[in-house]
Amino acid sequence: MTKFNAWNVIKNGLNGQSYWTRQWRDPEPKSSYDVVIIGGGLHGLATAYYLAKNHNIKNVAVLEKGWIGGGNAGRNTTIVRSNYMMPGNHEFYEHSLKLWENLSHELNYNVMFSQRAHVSLFHSPGAKDSVSRIYNIMRLHGTDAELWDLKTLKKKIPHLNYHNSRFPILGAAVQKRAGNARHDAVAWGYARAADTLGVDILQNCEVTGFTRKNGNIESIQTSRGIIKGKKIGFAVAGNTSVLWQMAELGNLPIESHKLQAFVSEAVKPLLDQVVVYGVGGAHFYISQSDKGSMVFGGDLDWYKSYAQRGNLPMVQDVAEAAMAIFPSLGRIRLLRHWAGVMDMTMDGSFFICKTPISNLYLNAGWNYGGFKASPASGWYFADLIANESPHNYVQNHNLERFEKGINIDERGAGPDPKLHG
Amino acid sequence: MIRINCPYCGERDHSEFSYGGDATINYPSLDASEKEWTEAIFFRKNIKGFQFETWHHSNGCRMWLVVERSTVTHEIKSVKPCHPNLQKVVENNK
Repeated sequence: MTKFNAWNVIKNGLNGQSYWTRQWRDPEPKSSYDVVIIGGGLHGLATAYYLAKNHNIKNVAVLEKGWIGGGNAGRNTTIVRSNYMMPGNHEFYEHSLKLWENLSHELNYNVMFSQRAHVSLFHSPGAKDSVSRIYNIMRLHGTDAELWDLKTLKKKIPHLNYHNSRFPILGAAVQKRAGNARHDAVAWGYARAADTLGVDILQNCEVTGFTRKNGNIESIQTSRGIIKGKKIGFAVAGNTSVLWQMAELGNLPIESHKLQAFVSEAVKPLLDQVVVYGVGGAHFYISQSDKGSMVFGGDLDWYKSYAQRGNLPMVQDVAEAAMAIFPSLGRIRLLRHWAGVMDMTMDGSFFICKTPISNLYLNAGWNYGGFKASPASGWYFADLIANESPHNYVQNHNLERFEKGINIDERGAGPDPKLHG
Repeated sequence: MIRINCPYCGERDHSEFSYGGDATINYPSLDASEKEWTEAIFFRKNIKGFQFETWHHSNGCRMWLVVERSTVTHEIKSVKPCHPNLQKVVENNK
């Protein structure tokens, strides 16, 4: 793997770009590994990378049923933030944001992380109080957070609809260190960096069954043959229940729902922040990509589904939200929209935990928020697999928290997966 | 758009309805163990394929329905009233 640096860029510029090597190998599966991670998305790749980097466990395979970047890694709106208030969550996401801040250097790959500020609008005094409480909790834990009054907001984003009489904009809760990144680059960067440390990335390798022995999973049947793993990690959010039942483990506190994202044609620089507009439980978030496209998304399709395609009522809903807050987008044309399948959990928080099978570890339940979590998810999942006990930050992110009554419910929405944002 | 054939109103767009959830949950008795209640409230089969699920015709007749629908193709096999006794009423009126 050729390192990206000024010297190599100049050298290859003079040599007709002919000396670059491929980004990661395409190895044949070995018969056994120390750790097998199922799922080659951002979380699986990050886990493999930190297993090799932080814990010196390099005999690792990542099994991906499709190709790297083809699942939810490429089906998100690329927003990175850490505005969480529940114990465990805010430390976890803040650690993730800190990893994001150095990720391009860490991976020697430009993930185009742009800390352009995450601006969450509020529309009533009650909403202001509520968000102030959350952002004060963030400040108490050392995360940056501030409130913008209407005057500041109008100066920063002049073309919002400030004349909406139904939902007047009163100001915004802002996290300046938040922003977005290029999702493909994150997947490729982690894959390349993990591969360099000796991790085997096995694409087109679908898991079809498990062989159990003495209570453990002894081997994994895949479309590329039987693979043994001393330890096995699931990182297949969206399809966790399918794999969980394949391992005969029963039910999970998860429902699979689909979330759509939208990309418009490219326009000149229009929006320099990530803007979130949320009224009456509804949800709309928008940013502009480096290419100029407006990238935006809204709510779930509101019914359980494993289909990776969105339905039209939500397209209309999102378009209406866009028009309510950004009337200047009225003539813009939509280029693409797609849907990703997500694990929606019973309290809206994730799982990084042990399972009833002693050599199986679970990473699942990312709801709307998997993208920003990727680095910390990999970090703490690798930590769990290597040390066999969860880090303090994720000690309650397990399957037993519901029975114990210590749900981690940021929204207070109760046990209905589709209601957690 | 998914089209749901409401037994009371006829075939309508799914945007008239609200999705409920798994229709096969059996709530345990009040004195059942915490384990059983946790299982009923928080744990789901999350089937990939055909499942029985509840829908509320919230912008129509406001009746609860049990729909057998594929969570992969969204194809619907059957739609019935939630309350078992109402199925007979619907059939008698046909």
